[in-house]
Amino acid sequence: MNVRTSLDTLATVESPQVGHAAHHHAHDDGSKTLFGFWVYLMTDCLIFATLFATFGVLVDNVAGGPSGKQLFDLPYVGGETLLLLVSSFTFGLASLAMHAGDRAKVLNWLVITFVLGAGFIGMEVKEFAHLVADGAGPDRSAFLSAYFTLVGTHGLHVTAGLVWLAVMMHQTLHFGLDDVVKRRLACLSLFWHFLDLVWVCVFTVVYLRGAI
Amino acid sequence: MAGARASTHAAHGDSHSSMTTYVVGFILSLVLTALSFAAIMAGVLPKDMMMPAITVLAVIQLVVQLVFFLHLGAAPEQRNNTVVFILTTLLIAAVVGLSLWVMHNANVNMMPTQMSPAAAQMKF
Repeated sequence: MNVRTSLDTLATVESPQVGHAAHHHAHDDGSKTLFGFWVYLMTDCLIFATLFATFGVLVDNVAGGPSGKQLFDLPYVGGETLLLLVSSFTFGLASLAMHAGDRAKVLNWLVITFVLGAGFIGMEVKEFAHLVADGAGPDRSAFLSAYFTLVGTHGLHVTAGLVWLAVMMHQTLHFGLDDVVKRRLACLSLFWHFLDLVWVCVFTVVYLRGAI
Repeated sequence: MAGARASTHAAHGDSHSSMTTYVVGFILSLVLTALSFAAIMAGVLPKDMMMPAITVLAVIQLVVQLVFFLHLGAAPEQRNNTVVFILTTLLIAAVVGLSLWVMHNANVNMMPTQMSPAAAQMKF
């Protein structure tokens, strides 16, 4: 206990951003925030669980309209999947650079992650627009309502992640890698990796299963 | 010393993370994704094997990403996150599994277009 207390004190003394960090969260090493954020992500899991359950129940209710087999373009979905997976990896590289304290590298990897994520959203918006234009919008059948709700909710999460990424690029640039920025980047990294996990379920349950 | 190291890692929420961890996780995910798409698109697998194949591949990929990207594990500083995650998977299994079960039974037993009132009463 003594070792830890004195180390914490030492860290506080050494940190050039003490005023900044202490102002926000006195005596918090960031681990509680990260754990709290993880619990939030688990509740987010439950939102997706209910949407997956809804989709599973309604998937065959096509109301005489098109089914997934007729609508989904697997190579295209493979492209979306690749963009998101690579962006998850590049965020990992940003985390490593953050631990190494290399601000320029963090910024580079965050920019690349942002571009890949934006590419994913761009592809998804194009996919949705095509479906709606072909008369397969969310109002066509219960299957399509469930499809747009599930995949759209994931897309909204990624969009929120992009906004957060932009904010963190700005903060990294202006404040440097101080404790607060590091803690926020650690939360965002959990969020971003988590979204790729949800996408694994989406491409398996919605697209691949739909194409069988 | 060990305790101090653990607390530093916990502060960063990133235990055991290194370039190797991310590269291995990334390559495994790429391979598993490719196998999933190939299972459906290559036309090699018999149709009734496709669903089990992509389910197993997806579960493996989820575990790979949880361990290599989200750093879940049994180490002391990872344990809280891991326990909460396991409890959440139980809730997810209940929500998804029971919804599908209940609605399947509702469909089978109560679809008015498939059953006359007399036939429905015969069930009791």
